Amino acid sequence: MVENSSFSSQKELFDKGTLSVEECVNSFLNKINERNNLNAFLEVYSEEAIRRAKEIDQKIKAGNQGRLAGMVIGLKDNIAFKGHKFSASSKILEGFESQFSATAVERLLNEDAIIIGRLNCDEFAMGSSNENSAYGPVSNHLNEDYVPGGSSGGSTVAVGAGMCHVALGSDTGGSIRQPASFTGTVGFKPTYGRISRYGLIAYASSFDQIGPFSNSIEDAALVSEIMMGKDEFDSTLSNKEVPNLSDLNTHSVKRIAYIKEIFEDDGLDQEIKNQCNQLIEKLKSEGFEVEEVSFPYLDKLVPAYYVLTTAEASSNLSRFDGVHYGHQSKNAEGIDEIYKLSRSEGFGPEVKRRIMTGTFVLSHGFYDAYYSQGQKVRRVIRDKTNEIFQSYDMIIGPTTPTTAFKKNAVKDPITMYLQDIYTVHSNLSGNPSISIPFKNHSENNMPYGIQLMADHFEEKDLLAFSKYLSTIID
Amino acid sequence: MDFKEELLDKYEAVIGLEVHIQLNTKTKAYSSDRYKYGDSPNSDVSVISLGHPGTLPRFNKQVMNYAVKLGVALDCEITEKMNFARKNYFYPDLPKGYQITQDLTPICTGGAVKIKDEKGNDKLVHLTRIHWEEDAGKSIHDLDPFNTLVDLNRAGVPLLEIVSEPEIKSSEEAYNYLYEVRKLVRYLEICNGNMEEGSLRCDANISVMPKGSDTFGTKVEVKNMNSMRNVQKAIEFEIRRQIIANETGEEIKQETRAYDALNNRTLSMRSKESDNDYRYFPEPDLPIIRVSQEYVSEVKETMPPLPDQLYRKFTEELKLSDYDSKILTDSKEVALYFEELIQHNTNYKSCANWLIGDIKSYLNDKAIELEEFPVKPEAIAELVRIIDEGKVSNSVASQKIFPLIVENPEKSALKIAEENNLVQDSDEDSIKDYILQVFENNPSEVERYKGGEKQLVGFFMGQLMKVSGGKADPKSANKLIRELLEQ
Repeated sequence: MVENSSFSSQKELFDKGTLSVEECVNSFLNKINERNNLNAFLEVYSEEAIRRAKEIDQKIKAGNQGRLAGMVIGLKDNIAFKGHKFSASSKILEGFESQFSATAVERLLNEDAIIIGRLNCDEFAMGSSNENSAYGPVSNHLNEDYVPGGSSGGSTVAVGAGMCHVALGSDTGGSIRQPASFTGTVGFKPTYGRISRYGLIAYASSFDQIGPFSNSIEDAALVSEIMMGKDEFDSTLSNKEVPNLSDLNTHSVKRIAYIKEIFEDDGLDQEIKNQCNQLIEKLKSEGFEVEEVSFPYLDKLVPAYYVLTTAEASSNLSRFDGVHYGHQSKNAEGIDEIYKLSRSEGFGPEVKRRIMTGTFVLSHGFYDAYYSQGQKVRRVIRDKTNEIFQSYDMIIGPTTPTTAFKKNAVKDPITMYLQDIYTVHSNLSGNPSISIPFKNHSENNMPYGIQLMADHFEEKDLLAFSKYLSTIID
Repeated sequence: MDFKEELLDKYEAVIGLEVHIQLNTKTKAYSSDRYKYGDSPNSDVSVISLGHPGTLPRFNKQVMNYAVKLGVALDCEITEKMNFARKNYFYPDLPKGYQITQDLTPICTGGAVKIKDEKGNDKLVHLTRIHWEEDAGKSIHDLDPFNTLVDLNRAGVPLLEIVSEPEIKSSEEAYNYLYEVRKLVRYLEICNGNMEEGSLRCDANISVMPKGSDTFGTKVEVKNMNSMRNVQKAIEFEIRRQIIANETGEEIKQETRAYDALNNRTLSMRSKESDNDYRYFPEPDLPIIRVSQEYVSEVKETMPPLPDQLYRKFTEELKLSDYDSKILTDSKEVALYFEELIQHNTNYKSCANWLIGDIKSYLNDKAIELEEFPVKPEAIAELVRIIDEGKVSNSVASQKIFPLIVENPEKSALKIAEENNLVQDSDEDSIKDYILQVFENNPSEVERYKGGEKQLVGFFMGQLMKVSGGKADPKSANKLIRELLEQ
């Protein structure tokens, strides 16, 4: 089996019978075993996956297989899969099993995808390095001294290291695109409201979006198309019809913007900047109109993001109270102690920090100064972004200011939060955005990605243009 | 200090009520779970109402319909664009750690409840707002000696909270207010109005101030009153407690107090300072809801008749007394029975009398509800008709025919009368024969009548009924007796 293989490159082999799904699953299981030290998987569903592979091989023989027959998928541990453990990489959900599957997972299973296991991530998807998991950090498969990014670190490593075709992640401020950039995979965050959040453990409900990691844009398009669309279980979902995303041959992109403030950002690595500039020149030479636009809110993005997401998180995580399920402190006497001790013991330091921050910004007397202000900034960002898309089809730029950093290298939370400076924009505004592999850095030979953002619900153009862009990146 | 009744004249009470009505929608506010009072604990639940990780609330359109109905009935303004808010607090019977409610955009604002004041005059108690929220589960503290048990059946059941302006002046007005609200929600069939089961709950905000003052006293919130009488008693107690405090110079603390029904008193539960900071913020899992004018008009068109409208119709159009109209509109079942009854017989007064009199006492005797009464309004209408036509007397109808109708609800009243030989004679000749027979049997009374004892007509009537077996039509008989005696 080829390393870093994509489903799109193998589909024909399955259909012809040259490669059985069972063989494919076994080879992924071997790889998972071989690279166990990366700590990408929290649990591998070996037997279940093999059993299902056999069933799907029968279906392929009978010719009644679904569109994802043969696709092997890993799930970030914040996406529900019925009858399986479900922890968001947190001790507070110790022993908890989900009684239902996320809508996205149901749809993949209906098309005969195989779920191979659940993947490590930052606890409750809070982090940019996957160092916040209660089950230990995930290592970057390209160099184990480096972080894979976060919060969907396990997902990107599983795909990048060839442990599955596709992995689902969730992106609240860059948790799909930043790790994709750090590990050389494709990471796609659809428009907010495109894929049902039912079954995704909420971090910040008005930001969260499920999306895929893959080794090809074809795979990202195929699984997204299947997961997207109306779901009665998520009232915030759009009713917009899902276009045929898998057709990547044509796009209507003509005018492309890049944000001046990003290219003037001191935090942006010089080499990444130069490479981005060269790519822009190349696009110009290919006949695109590529122009600089001013977006003078770069320094507002991360603060607004942290005020609003922590506010929502402080409320979303209230249900983990030690009373109904998950970890309950053995030392607690009386209800107040059950709350205080269970939560103190169950949550890690970053989650506690965000719950406290969120509680503070919603508190009486501080709400107007923080939460209301954050909402105002969010509205301005949304309006300004819409304005850009009135004149341009796409915004292009680096996904991250730097490549992956070494483990334990970033200790200051604020510095860590600034990792998301280019990615949070589309979560604040709700736009679809993707990171595709771009280059390897000359200093550490670690990869970095290029980020594209499109207008709301323009995923078809976004993916087709990404496909095109990947062909002109040398 | 002991309370003296005359102190009541010195002070004025200011009362606002918060009434929670639990809606009898098919499913919960944000999930498809059903809920039935009395179901075994934790059986009316799903992953959504249990707040499992990854679940999201779902909008229940029926709640919207009920809320708009109530708003229309109370003449409120319906909010066109509204959102939901989270009220955050920890409690074991609150599985998500927050309640989905409404904060800045309640579905209804304004409006009023029409009540009777203490003198029996109409009074409007204005409303601040009505908002939509979800119920919590139940914490049960008295079943297990060591643990609190939690039943989450009720978690997520929709509630409407009706908040009144502080315009209620006495415990009696508070009672009347609750009475009207309960009557209304039962008419609208959105809530069973049962306070004992907790389908209707009431918290009271109470303060007192010297009469004529324009500064409100410190407000105290009283909870835990599980019947309308208890609300009245708790308010009475609290007003007296606050007056005594005022008189003795004791400070009234802004606090929440619980009513202790056993000892008829209120006890401090918690001070306002120790109140939770609920950290309200817009619920991100539900979209902004728009209530169109068309929708409100649609609801208006399908509104059931309301007690106040029927009361006005009965008094003004049908010229019934206030007393009769009040009884007839007290419950929707009675009012609708009456409405059907008068479709078949326009002797409104007689119809009302039958319903309020014989039928009601029959129901009371059998301890059943009107829904269980087997006789259709048409049959009662026919009974009233044959009385009016003089075919049977009122007393025969009441004592003999009515019990037979109840036993044979399918048979017509006239048929029953005929079969049992109860149709009265109004044929003058045959009545005349009976009368002459009475005169013959009682010659001395005839003499006395002729001597001036006119009241003996009653005696002759009684004798006549005896000999005729009750079949003589009293009206014509009375007239005929006088004529024959005067000859």
